[in-house]
Amino acid sequence: MNDISPIAHPIARRRLGALSAQTVTLAHGGGGKAMKDLIDDVFVSAFDNPLLAPLDDQARIGLSDFSLHGNRLAFTTDSYVVDPLFFPGGDIGKLAVCGTVNDLAVGGAVPLYLSCAAIIEEGCPVDLLRRVARSMAAAAREAGVSIVTGDTKVVQRRACDKLFLTTSGVGAIPRGVDLAAGYARPGDAVLVNGVLGDHGATILAARGDLALDSPIASDCAPLNGLTAALLAACPGIRFMRDATRGGVATVLNEIAVAAGVEIVIDESTLPIREDVKGFCEILGLDPLYLANEGKLVAIVPAEDADAALAAMRAHPLGAEARLIGRVSERAESRVLMRTLFGGARIVDMLVGDQLPRIC
Amino acid sequence: MKYVDEFRDPAAARALLREIATLVATLGASPARPIRLMEVCGGHTHSIFRYGIEGLLPKAIELIHGPGCPVCVLPMGRIDDAVAIAERPEVIFTTFGDALRVPGSKKSLMQAKADGADIRIVYSPIDALALARANPEREVVFFGLGFETTMPSTALTVLAAEREGTGNFSVFCNHITIVPTIKAILDSPDLKIDGFLGPGHVSMVIGTGPYEFVARHYRRPMVVAGFEPLDILQSIWMVLRQLAEGRAEIENQYARVVPAGGNGPALGAVAQVYELREFFEWRGLGSIDHSGIRFREPYARFDAERRFAVPSVSIADPKSCQCGEVLKGVLKPWQCKVFGAACTPETPVGALMVSSEGACAAYYRYAGARGNKLAEADAA
Repeated sequence: MNDISPIAHPIARRRLGALSAQTVTLAHGGGGKAMKDLIDDVFVSAFDNPLLAPLDDQARIGLSDFSLHGNRLAFTTDSYVVDPLFFPGGDIGKLAVCGTVNDLAVGGAVPLYLSCAAIIEEGCPVDLLRRVARSMAAAAREAGVSIVTGDTKVVQRRACDKLFLTTSGVGAIPRGVDLAAGYARPGDAVLVNGVLGDHGATILAARGDLALDSPIASDCAPLNGLTAALLAACPGIRFMRDATRGGVATVLNEIAVAAGVEIVIDESTLPIREDVKGFCEILGLDPLYLANEGKLVAIVPAEDADAALAAMRAHPLGAEARLIGRVSERAESRVLMRTLFGGARIVDMLVGDQLPRIC
Repeated sequence: MKYVDEFRDPAAARALLREIATLVATLGASPARPIRLMEVCGGHTHSIFRYGIEGLLPKAIELIHGPGCPVCVLPMGRIDDAVAIAERPEVIFTTFGDALRVPGSKKSLMQAKADGADIRIVYSPIDALALARANPEREVVFFGLGFETTMPSTALTVLAAEREGTGNFSVFCNHITIVPTIKAILDSPDLKIDGFLGPGHVSMVIGTGPYEFVARHYRRPMVVAGFEPLDILQSIWMVLRQLAEGRAEIENQYARVVPAGGNGPALGAVAQVYELREFFEWRGLGSIDHSGIRFREPYARFDAERRFAVPSVSIADPKSCQCGEVLKGVLKPWQCKVFGAACTPETPVGALMVSSEGACAAYYRYAGARGNKLAEADAA
């Protein structure tokens, strides 16, 4: 039955190396004892799981582990280069776990295993790495996934900015779950699981060059619990996507293009915190384009909208879920917004980054 | 949001729109013979699109989006100069974000940054001065852009640099003044404008006095307008009322921000530091007398143009680009030959496609690549 017996392998209980150095040097990337101690001290001890502990070149996982949850594998990867590394509501580690978990979850998959590759700039404090690794471990526990393999590289000063992380993830897609942007149909409801723009506003404010004090915190969170609840309550769901870079506006445009449909959203229904609104007013930004790290857009058939909303609202990460619009009858790939003011305008894809206006 | 939502109230908007429709009927205007109003300021253009105001107005009102986007009217040659300064190894070049993507003849500042120039986005010239203090071995240059709105902050920063003796700070001054340009527009033979929405933030600095000639010599009404959607509707209503009553006056809708006499200390700093240039080139409009400013002699050492001897070559706008006609309201953005085809926000040919305050970018972004589909959008 259990064909992942290496879990019980005695190597799993080997003594972990410890690091006495305060900062990372190129020696820690050399492949020798220093590197092994760094990996043990920072990552293996924090991630603490039997698949990782042997430190072989690969984690070996029984296929039955996947088939228990579904009949297809979902596989994704993402890199994290956020600046600053620590911000209200999260840090690069939490982001690296949640982001990859969410990329699996919105595809309908049950996220199971993650890898973690770290590119470290020489001079990086070891304590900073420990903090990041602990944060990754906590996020992985919350999401119910294990970080089972990894890699570290140390590069010269200025070859990277303190710390870059890459996480890849695998999960299993339950039988019968089939989501795609192209499945959106006229009449479908457009839902979000809560307030928009918190992460983007937090990062901009945390960079400090705006000299704005703001109480905003990132919404960074693993969404797999919420997506599972949503799938259970609304099996006919068409599509989900996490609204990260480019925000909700970008996701809606992607859906409009993929399905060849027009999506009409209503500005008065958009859940946006007052302080995020104020932040955007001051800087001339549009919260629809701000990144989120714990928010998804779901397209559900009209008749399932109430059930889907109820399921989201019953989950802690969906308490403020809202219906923000509909797929219209027009076969035109665009996103339209009814403004608060009674007008209408097109919500287009953003070309580059949002650049604040000057006057 | 307190003090913002009040100016976005749909019920008040509907009431104003009814009164606007009544006035338009009184004036006997029709879609074939519309009342043509120019909003001078790019901030107004942005609000008009963001709130879908054009689609709410009677078809007998035609809005012409004027030249008041300082980034949009920056000529290519000036961008080339900025790039030349920024590419000097000793320079940290600081700029407001929306100037980054304006095309020069060879490259934009964003491309220069990718090629290795040390270019940094700042939100105020004070931030640039702080950078100069923190990097005494480098030359920090601030890209001075904008109308009277941003002129005082640059002037005050230069005065601060002088006071504290920061020697490695200078300004590449491209500040421009709107009044001569309004006059040039009124003198333009191919332009018929019935009234103006006057710039709000510029007027906060200069007051309403400098526009008197618009009413006195040209007999056109102007209403200095705020930037919230109700401000804009109310200002349009005020212009129409003047037209209906046969008046031509400078009125101030934005009195909560704009004092009639302007901001004395700000004007004082501007007068102390700058003088008018004989002429300044505007993209699309050409050279306009006394429309630019430069540093007075005592502040010459803060003038990046003199410090770095920039090439200052005047570059003609691309032939295909019709920004000039669009700026003057002769063409609508979507009537330009390259709009939405060769010229898009990703690959702007003309500057009106670059800044979110440029009429073309606003049309493209909020009305789609075909631009003229606002009415259809509104009917959806």
